Formats: sequence, structure tokens, C-alpha cells
Amino acid sequence: MTVLLAVALTVLLSATALLALLRIYRGPSLLDRVVGADLLLSAMLAAVGAEAALNRHATTLPVLVVLSLLGFVGSVSLVRFAVRAES
Amino acid sequence: MSAVADWVGGLLLLAGALLSLVAGIGLVRFPDTLDRMHAATKPQVLGVLLLLVGLALRLRTGSDLGMLVLVAIFQLSTAPVAAQMIGRAAYRSGRVDRSLLDVDELADR
Repeated sequence: MTVLLAVALTVLLSATALLALLRIYRGPSLLDRVVGADLLLSAMLAAVGAEAALNRHATTLPVLVVLSLLGFVGSVSLVRFAVRAES
Repeated sequence: MSAVADWVGGLLLLAGALLSLVAGIGLVRFPDTLDRMHAATKPQVLGVLLLLVGLALRLRTGSDLGMLVLVAIFQLSTAPVAAQMIGRAAYRSGRVDRSLLDVDELADR
């Protein structure tokens, strides 16, 4: 059951990360790329959490806390930059 | 008891990953920055929350639970702010396709 769950989670989260990368690559404006990077970071957060759940350890939980704050700071600063660059 | 918690936790992990995938599909298929912002925030935040609940159900210790609650609170408080800023920047820089809007509530401001 655990192996099956690991395979399913890997496939789903990798597909999410690939779709987010596609949007970062194509995205017509900087804002689309910010949204894509946000989703990519969330997929990474989900992957770290899923790995911790599957192997039943808690060593990467501080990484989760840092990632969840980092995404916010990154996208907010990029959006501020985008507003200033386009006005 | 613990086997039930494991199963429920596994199912929640799967549901969270599925919601993340839904967010990714919406991000690629939707036509506009605002639509993509909606697709990336709403299912994504719920997906991450479901994953965290699944993780908590599989770890089952007090201190880990506190840290997961911290992550959930960060997600819930920061994602709306970031989405609001992206939407406002998109509207102000004129990247909104007005033919896709039902009501433009900011038109007279």
C-alpha cells in the first residue's frame, strides 16, 4: 500500500510541477510567471510533506515552515517589482 | 485504530495531490491572469491543507502537530494576500480581458 501511495503521489506532484514549469516558460507576463512560481513552490512543499508522511519522520518539518513563508515573501516582492516596472 | 488513521491519512495525501494537479491544469488551460490566479490559489491551498492533515494523521505526535498547524496558518494567512496583490497588479496594468468579466466592479474607480 505504501509503495502504491508513493508512486501515485510522485506522479501527481511531478505532473503539477511540470504544468507550473510550463506556465513559467510560456507565461505572457511577469505576473503569470509569479503565479506559476508560486504553484511550483507549493508543489515542492507538498512533495516534502508527502515524503515525510510516507517515511514517517519529522526531520523536514522546519523546511516546510520556511518554504511556506518563502513563497509569500518571494511573490509579494516580485509583484511589487512588476507594478513599478510597468507603471 | 492506528491502521485506520494510516488509511485516512493516505487518502487525504492522495486528495491533496489531486487538488494540486487540478490547480496545475487550471494554470495551464485558463486564458487570463486573473483566472490563473484563482486556479492557483483556491485548489492549491486546500490541497496543501489536506496534505498537512494527512501528514499529521500519519505522524501523530504533539510537537509535530504544532509545527504543521504553524504551516497551515502561514498558508491560510499569506495566500489570500499574495492573490489579492497579483489580482490588483494585473487589473492596474491592464492585463484583464474585459470580455471575460460579468461585472467590472472597479470600473468607476
